[in-house]
Amino acid sequence: MLICLVTYAQNWQTNPDATFCTFCWRTFGLAIFVGMICSDRKGKGPCFEIKAKKSGLLGGTEQVPVLELRQISKNFGAIRALTGVDLSLEAGEVLGLMGDNGAGKSTMVKIIAGNFPPSGGEIFVDGQPVHFNKPVEAREKGIEVVYQDLALCNNLTASANVFLGREIKKGFGPFKWLDHAEMVRRSGLLFAELKSETRPRDLVRQMSGGQRQAVAIARTRLSEPKVVLMDEPTAAISVRQVAEVLDLIRRLRDSGHAVVLISHRMPDVFSVCDRVAVMRRGTKVADKLIKDSSPEEVTGLITGAINVA
Amino acid sequence: MSHEAPKSTAATGGNVAIEGVLGIQEKTLVQSLFASQAFWVTVALALICGFMTWYEPHFGSIENFYNITRNFAFIGIMALGMTVVIITGGIDLSVGSIMGVVAVASGLVLEAEYPWWLAILAGLGAGLICGLINGYFVAFLNLSPFVVTLGMLSIARSFAVVLSGNRMIYNFGPGGPMFKIWGGGAFLGVANPVWFLVIFTVLLAVVLRMTAWGRHLMAIGGNEHAANLTGVPVKWVKMQAYALSALSAAFAAILNVGWSGSAINALGQSYELRAIASTVIGGANLMGGEGGAYGALIGSALIEVIRNALLMAGVDSNWQGTFVGSFIVLAVLLERIRGKRRE
Repeated sequence: MLICLVTYAQNWQTNPDATFCTFCWRTFGLAIFVGMICSDRKGKGPCFEIKAKKSGLLGGTEQVPVLELRQISKNFGAIRALTGVDLSLEAGEVLGLMGDNGAGKSTMVKIIAGNFPPSGGEIFVDGQPVHFNKPVEAREKGIEVVYQDLALCNNLTASANVFLGREIKKGFGPFKWLDHAEMVRRSGLLFAELKSETRPRDLVRQMSGGQRQAVAIARTRLSEPKVVLMDEPTAAISVRQVAEVLDLIRRLRDSGHAVVLISHRMPDVFSVCDRVAVMRRGTKVADKLIKDSSPEEVTGLITGAINVA
Repeated sequence: MSHEAPKSTAATGGNVAIEGVLGIQEKTLVQSLFASQAFWVTVALALICGFMTWYEPHFGSIENFYNITRNFAFIGIMALGMTVVIITGGIDLSVGSIMGVVAVASGLVLEAEYPWWLAILAGLGAGLICGLINGYFVAFLNLSPFVVTLGMLSIARSFAVVLSGNRMIYNFGPGGPMFKIWGGGAFLGVANPVWFLVIFTVLLAVVLRMTAWGRHLMAIGGNEHAANLTGVPVKWVKMQAYALSALSAAFAAILNVGWSGSAINALGQSYELRAIASTVIGGANLMGGEGGAYGALIGSALIEVIRNALLMAGVDSNWQGTFVGSFIVLAVLLERIRGKRRE
């Protein structure tokens, strides 16, 4: 680009009709685009990066996946739950993770979420190697999980659940009080953002499956997570609520989060995911774009009718 | 009893809609009052007091009021600590025995002519150690709270007997008078233990409602697994809960020794049951996740008032155990029925 500029300056007097090369034009365009986003978002760092990556304009620079697993394996005693699994995930991407029961999906999710460490292999977040011993450590690195059982406390309100373990406090010195009003306000904003009809002051006990799901998802958005793992979010809810949850996932993706959707339900994966990875017997047997695949092929891969794609 | 709130308009987005949703409480103040067990226990208490005053005028006398309030203050203070443990879904059966150890520890320190504050510290220290042991075994070694505290019930009582040489300690030395004021004195016509009970009730109510610790207690009782996954320091909070329960028992023991003027190793026998009954009557759920400070206070008051009323009505005081026992079962049954209706 610099060479292009210099050449342009040199040739300007002799040849005023000369223009920038395409690459420079693209770069300028990107700069303006990014500038607009930054001023819009009041200069929040992560948004700029995500948008730039999403727009695909950073042609020259190498993209670092937000999450990368290299040769992950996990043994439980003599049982090999995972053997040499590679997986990478870009920002703003929804990856469907499929496989039969016992194929190693849950083990993989638990390793990423920090429930237990892998027996072998490495995990990278934004290119940095990480080691998790507890779920909280994974969360600090920007990995949020929506568990299959949602991990909600029925006896608490929606807003209390959203802020559980990360309560907003006010006060002075050693005296810190819960800031109920602020937590209610912020969780209300999160629900509105997710377009969910969930009221922050309601007890979770009385909520529908979709609303509970919204509470669990709203919780992941307290921090700006890089990756959101969702374990079977549509397994136990009604058809209408499934549509709601899939919308929630699309909204997560649109705001630049990478989402891993673990699911048994083929239609869900094919309607919301960009890419699908299939696990069988602890190994990854396929990893391809949704548009290059079909439900039939994935079914074949899950059951073993098709060996490797 | 569910309140039909106006259908929220949050789906349309925008700040105006959000403001509308934020204000919506699931229940109005009156509704949640009517739904709370502590409220109905208060009503029952008022009715019994009213009836007894009419039936036996002496019941309403200032002396009797002084006696009743002081009597339930000890149990009430223990019930506050018990509430904390029960909210986490646990139970502490050892509080009665801890009272015995604390009484003996304080008594021995006073007998050895140490100052009163050292006796109080020794008592609280002894209680704290028992509580920390309970908490460690329950929280960090994942043993059943029932088993651990049942073990401590036996251990602490036997310690109390051994330490005291199985005798009553009443020769309190120079620190005695000052020590006795804590439990035996009165302020504005109300016994000191009652003041402590009121102060602790308010403190616990504030802690439960306004601090992250209180919320974590509720979360652990509601879904311990979820609390753990969301980063609540479950083990520490549980350990602290048992320590607090033991501390409250220790404090009640110190007040009790001060009031009675002697330390006996049998102090607090079967008090654990009364503390648990008070908590449960006040609306705490033995399955965890529910309970309040005011409930503990009013529950202990109800038990004592009924006991007192029975005495005045000429019923053998030994029937008290029957009543306390049936109360626990009844309260749990009531809770089960309410729980079913909520599903």
